Amino acid sequence: MSALQQPTDVDVPAAGDTAGIGQAMRDYWARVRGGDIGSLPAVLGLIALVILFSVLEGSTFLSIFNFANLINQSAAIIVLAMGLIFVLLLGEIDLSAGYAAGTAAAVLAVTLTNWGWSWPLALAAALVTGMVIGFVIGLLVARLGIPSFVVTLAMFLALQGLMLLIIGEGGTIPIRDDAILVIMNGNMPVWLGWLLALVIVAGFALSTFLAIRRRRKAGLPAEAMSVWLVKVLALAVLIGVATYLLNQERQLPNAKIVIQGVPWVVPVILVLLVGLTFILQRTGFGRHVYAVGGNREAARRSGINVKGLMITCFIFCSTLAAVAGVLLASRDNSVSPTTGGAQTLLFAVGAAVIGGTSLFGGRGKIRDAVIGGLVIAVIANGLPLITQQSGIQFVVTGLVLLVAASVDAISRRKAAASGA
Amino acid sequence: MTTDTPLLSLRGINKSFGPVHVLRDVDLDVRAGRVTALVGDNGAGKSTLIKGVAGIYPFDSGQVMFEGAPVSIGGPKQANALGIEVVYQDLALCDNLDVVHNMFLGREMKSGVTLDETAMEKRAGETLKGLSVRTLKSLRQQVSSLSGGQRQTVAIARAVLWNSKLVILDEPTAALGVAQTEQVLALVRRLADNGLGVILISHNMNDVAAVADDIACLYLGRMAAQVEASTVDNRQVVELITTGRSGDLGLQPEVAAAGGVA
Repeated sequence: MSALQQPTDVDVPAAGDTAGIGQAMRDYWARVRGGDIGSLPAVLGLIALVILFSVLEGSTFLSIFNFANLINQSAAIIVLAMGLIFVLLLGEIDLSAGYAAGTAAAVLAVTLTNWGWSWPLALAAALVTGMVIGFVIGLLVARLGIPSFVVTLAMFLALQGLMLLIIGEGGTIPIRDDAILVIMNGNMPVWLGWLLALVIVAGFALSTFLAIRRRRKAGLPAEAMSVWLVKVLALAVLIGVATYLLNQERQLPNAKIVIQGVPWVVPVILVLLVGLTFILQRTGFGRHVYAVGGNREAARRSGINVKGLMITCFIFCSTLAAVAGVLLASRDNSVSPTTGGAQTLLFAVGAAVIGGTSLFGGRGKIRDAVIGGLVIAVIANGLPLITQQSGIQFVVTGLVLLVAASVDAISRRKAAASGA
Repeated sequence: MTTDTPLLSLRGINKSFGPVHVLRDVDLDVRAGRVTALVGDNGAGKSTLIKGVAGIYPFDSGQVMFEGAPVSIGGPKQANALGIEVVYQDLALCDNLDVVHNMFLGREMKSGVTLDETAMEKRAGETLKGLSVRTLKSLRQQVSSLSGGQRQTVAIARAVLWNSKLVILDEPTAALGVAQTEQVLALVRRLADNGLGVILISHNMNDVAAVADDIACLYLGRMAAQVEASTVDNRQVVELITTGRSGDLGLQPEVAAAGGVA
């Protein structure tokens, strides 16, 4: 056929492996140039920010205490962003997630402190609150067809009021339950931290190794072992260094108590990261979420229940917001009408978008929330060390979000153009 | 199957939308292993006829026979179950998913709760090989990075993935350049050579002449003529499309004229 002379005319690849690290890097670079840019800008940005703050204010920013602090500051934003990614993948938005977190936190505080419930019951009540909020939003968006922007803007106001009503006149409800407080205030024993690190690295190595073997068995092109080894080693170094730093004594030299170990919130985030990534990448539901975000009409025609799927995603979003609310309550040792308010939601949306999740729907991963959340936290943590003006902090965070959104829009244009 | 029994046989199909009588007593035969071109001017009823076969909406009256047995197609899923697949003009692909994901969209293979990616990739590869498709670099390429012809190829491959027997293609070459049109037409030809029945809706007389075995021409909701492609020339087909008749072929003059008035 004459088409054989065409440059696009390459055979379906035969069985075999990608040819090692060099080829893998070239393939990755080709994907980035084609608009499939992923988390690359966020990772580069994170490295750049860390270097910048280290040079300008190294002694404070690089202190071990500050590293643990960073995790604490970003945890709630990361979990909130994880939930938002479900909704952003559909091409929708949830502006009420911040106050959904606040409302769930208020339910937690009232049931725990005022009504004396045990913590598992109070936690369940908080999560169910999130589910109900998500269900209502999803119903209004999917069934009635109101734009999610409007529905969640209304919920943004309504939940703010609902939260005030739940908290009551007192203003602030303290949290005294140890099980809840330990999430953001407690650390794992040193040995458990190392065990966790080992489990993560071994789990990653094993699952990816098995995937490669499965593909080889089926005669499909698989990743080269050298590439696999580099990835595993890189992860091992990263996790190892982080665990080592967190396991250092981070109290001031003359203090009497010892503070060391991986904060308990880290395994919480890891479980969410792995579990939610599994749902989005490995299950039929997750695949359909991407399909609806990519082409809603095509998804509908291929028999996917688009409305049910949208409702489920809004439930995921608000339920994860409730988890974030629990984290906020644990961090502040109390719940007040400002919990989950102010910039919480915008920081979370920013985290998702900075991490590489598209505002146009169909592109994004759960890990974007972690990377983007860390970027936001580094800015929020590092800038006050340089300047006392909080105005500058807002401006810088806003600019970073704008840059991320621009990268998103440009890479989308690139992806559309590369199809010619 | 012998070529005597048509794969799909429509008799006396009628369909109205409110007061508009879109299809009048339409007959159509589609045989396995042959490409049947469905031609006709805008508004002749091609899409309505196809959507009825695909189960998007029911016909008002008339008989649908599939593999010699009368069937009623109540919905798209039933049409799929019979082995009828439609490739719509807009292709209905998700740009953000790769080739394999798109081919299995809505009908993913699973092992337990997880998607069976290896099985899907394998089967997608086999299907594309069976169609002699050589234009894809990788099955894990995102569809956004494919050319128009490659997209059409993926959409067609998706339609034949499910042991389908009848593939309906709606204007597959409308948006393509010359070289890509040639590739897609070769693919359409291979579908028929592999034993499938193919209905090709097209406005392009060159495409019809290139691949069609049979030509069925709708004129204002009536089947003007269904003839073997080798027995007519381009001019006659164009006449059938524009006036409903050509010499001895087509509707009787008074019917054609009446149709024209209506």
